[in-house]
Amino acid sequence: MPEYRWPEIGTTSLIGKRINRVDGPEKVTGRAKYTYDLKRPGMLYGKMLRCPHAHARILSIDTSEAEKLSGVAAVHIVQEPGTEIQWAGDDVVAVAAVTEQITEDAIRRIKVEYEKLPHLVREEDLAKAGDRVKPFTEQVTGDPDQAFQAADTVVVEGEYGLPVVTHCCLEVHGQVAEWEGDRVTIYPSIQGVERVAGQYAQALGVPASNVRTLMQYVGGGFGSKVAADRWGTACAQLAKKAGKPVRLMLERKEDQEVAGNRPSDFARIKLAATRDGTITAWQSESWGTGGPGGGGSPPIPYIWQIPNQRKIHSAIATNCGPARAWRAPNHPQACYLTMCPIDDLAAKLNMDPLDLVVKNVSLLGPRAELYRQELAKAAELMEWKKNWHPRGDRSPGPMKRGMGLSLHTWGGGGHSSECQVSIHPDGSVEVSLCTQDIGTGTRTVLTIVTAETLGLPVEAIRLNIGDNRLPPSGNSGGSTTVGGVSSSTRRAALNALEQLFLTVAPSLGVSPEQLEAVGGQIRVKGDPTKSLSWKQATAKLGVASIKEMGKQPGPQPNPGELTSSGVGGVQMADVSVDVETGVVKVNKIVAVQDCGLIIDMKTAESQVYGALIMGICYSLMEERVMDQLTGRMLNANMEFYKLAGLADIGELVVHMWTDPEQQRRGVIGLGEPPVISPGAVIANAVASAIGVRVPYLPLTPPRVLAALEKGGMV
Amino acid sequence: MRDQKNKPTSDKRKRGISRRKFLKGVGLGSGVLSSGILGGPLLPEASAVAQAAEVEVAGPTPAPIELTVNGQRKNLRLEPRVTLLEALRDWLDMTGAKKVCDRATCGACTVILDGQPVYSCSVLAIESQGKNIQTVESLAQGDSLHPLQAAFVENDAQQCGFCTPGFVVAAKAFLDKYPNPTREQARLGLGGNLCRCGTYAGIWKAVLEAATGRRDSQRGIGQGGGSNA
Repeated sequence: MPEYRWPEIGTTSLIGKRINRVDGPEKVTGRAKYTYDLKRPGMLYGKMLRCPHAHARILSIDTSEAEKLSGVAAVHIVQEPGTEIQWAGDDVVAVAAVTEQITEDAIRRIKVEYEKLPHLVREEDLAKAGDRVKPFTEQVTGDPDQAFQAADTVVVEGEYGLPVVTHCCLEVHGQVAEWEGDRVTIYPSIQGVERVAGQYAQALGVPASNVRTLMQYVGGGFGSKVAADRWGTACAQLAKKAGKPVRLMLERKEDQEVAGNRPSDFARIKLAATRDGTITAWQSESWGTGGPGGGGSPPIPYIWQIPNQRKIHSAIATNCGPARAWRAPNHPQACYLTMCPIDDLAAKLNMDPLDLVVKNVSLLGPRAELYRQELAKAAELMEWKKNWHPRGDRSPGPMKRGMGLSLHTWGGGGHSSECQVSIHPDGSVEVSLCTQDIGTGTRTVLTIVTAETLGLPVEAIRLNIGDNRLPPSGNSGGSTTVGGVSSSTRRAALNALEQLFLTVAPSLGVSPEQLEAVGGQIRVKGDPTKSLSWKQATAKLGVASIKEMGKQPGPQPNPGELTSSGVGGVQMADVSVDVETGVVKVNKIVAVQDCGLIIDMKTAESQVYGALIMGICYSLMEERVMDQLTGRMLNANMEFYKLAGLADIGELVVHMWTDPEQQRRGVIGLGEPPVISPGAVIANAVASAIGVRVPYLPLTPPRVLAALEKGGMV
Repeated sequence: MRDQKNKPTSDKRKRGISRRKFLKGVGLGSGVLSSGILGGPLLPEASAVAQAAEVEVAGPTPAPIELTVNGQRKNLRLEPRVTLLEALRDWLDMTGAKKVCDRATCGACTVILDGQPVYSCSVLAIESQGKNIQTVESLAQGDSLHPLQAAFVENDAQQCGFCTPGFVVAAKAFLDKYPNPTREQARLGLGGNLCRCGTYAGIWKAVLEAATGRRDSQRGIGQGGGSNA
């Protein structure tokens, strides 16, 4: 059995280098076919009639006029009369017709009567939430009361919060469904091609063996695309009724209202330190909503192991579309609710927040030393010590400049994964596993791992993914994909190579252990003159291909394994704020990020750039705006639900932390960690610039101006 | 005839419909649209419609429509409410342009119409007749990428890739107009498209590099300076 290790540091020809995304050409030419682009023979277009009320009971449904319309092929009632609807936009009736336009006409002909019920859609004021508040148990550590009252203690108190934001994937949720007898093929837009098949089987009442799921490209997921969803089942049912394939993609408005969001979190926080800056006590009363279910509790204080704590969280059940995992679930909220008070504490102590964090670095747990080093690197890249000033930029003119910092953590250990590597007699190589590339570079990583292991160029590798008949490799969520699939692929490739060595060793007159695969050759270690080209070697297989499996069991606790879990990361931001208009401009963000062994430096950096930009979006612009009167989302679109554009991003500096110690940790996921800190760094930089805390994200001009009016330096 | 024509309009007005849905719903010929509604009042008076009705009126039933896409004539029968984006995607199976916001905000549907970049989700197919429609599908020649596309790949200016074709087309139109952009011009000139994965850093570099590459290829790299030397 081969030894399952990554190659020695410094010996690789591909791993860790800057390799182009292998599906880049497909994407830039528009040839990449996403679910929304599929057109199956005779395909119909599906749409959904949705409930216009935030809380209502369906009394009656009349679809007769829709069914009479020429071109309508199937009508399917998704939720029957008597059902209590818990959020506006929930699915009621699905329709399929020969064109999208006729489907729209049919939807307008359906009559539904509702009994409206009382609703709550806003949660930022805890006092108005009434019986919708579900308090969690209070948690106490140490003796917070004594710590807050101790002599020589400095205490800051404040309220902080982040609103609900949506995923706003550019490809809306949806799928194509096609039946052949009692077998169904689903083309989903999904983060889990393998797992979603089982969900369809269960929902449709067909054997799991009858469900095929296929997907090559997905236009964004960010955590929101892991379920078959009611609209997926409805699409399959329409296709069954019509006897034709149906494509049902959500409208943008629907996607914004019902297809997932990140829960809000608000908190009243008290934080104490001794006069010399030693953090001693934390108290928080927090609340937030993830929709009708209320939602979970953010892990605060985030990372900091403060000795004395009292905290209580309340979940508020609202009549809004339910939350879904949003890139690093709960972490951006917890990070913001922790790092902002720490910054305010530094201001009150009249300390540089960098000094306060470094002074208390021992409270940062097992990665304290790594954080200290990453802080030093980030400070160097930001020229923090040269540029830092006490809170409030005193320079003349309306433009005020400031800096903020934050740190974060995430797991990211690889999930279980199985992979098959085939070496064919003609020299071609196939890698097969049911994973998906959600834009993170999974295809590229798998190609690099196989090519490196077999000593071949990336062009020599053919990769098969996105088909539930391939070996199972789980969902792409929680940054667990890269560790899992790179490890199973490394194992399978090493196993396949071992078989090839066994076949060719006799012809080179050595034992298999003496062989290595380098530069397109199978050669004797230490004697490069004794070699076979790759094709000469594989020709010796005769007619039988090598097909070897690699099984990765999941995250491994020991160092030196192929994947492990747990990363840090430090960020700093430099912003300018116009105190006359309230407009915040990001000048620069520095991100220092560790993530174990990096397979492809180019796509890894892209993950961090992307996370910073997504962070700028939620820090400055994104907010789901609910209207309590109508119970509807007011900005369920992309013109009033704002995303940053190219002109909004400033200078982004990404520094991947790649010391040998990190590389020995194996491959660890990267998608989530860098999206955690931007809210805190940008908000802290704004406080540093204008001398006053803007408590709530996003930092829109009205919020900045309100904070200035309340207590600023204008 | 007129009753028929007005039906979808009044039907939709009752539902508090948007301006764009109105444009999609109303079955008017191109002459009326370009001469009045887009630049004028949101809802024309009935009399204005009656006066304008002297020009040819199409719809609401499917009408013959001829589009010139990437130099090729395509003959379709489409309801006049069908947008150019829908015609390209659902009738011609040219799916490089994406439907994302469907409201002229994000640019994922960008195509070039008579040399100008447009949001094809907000242009009616019937309005695009007689114009030269250029889509992302026209840029690469077989496996040989357009230099701008190559620069996108080299600078990893894509992640999920859903916004990418729209960005490529918008960038092409931008460089056609500003062959030597400054960083600041590129920053502002590419502001009509949105990306959710956050690929702007790579896009910005790619566009500037493609412009430089274009200059270099015009004067020849390493030839001792450009035409000013």
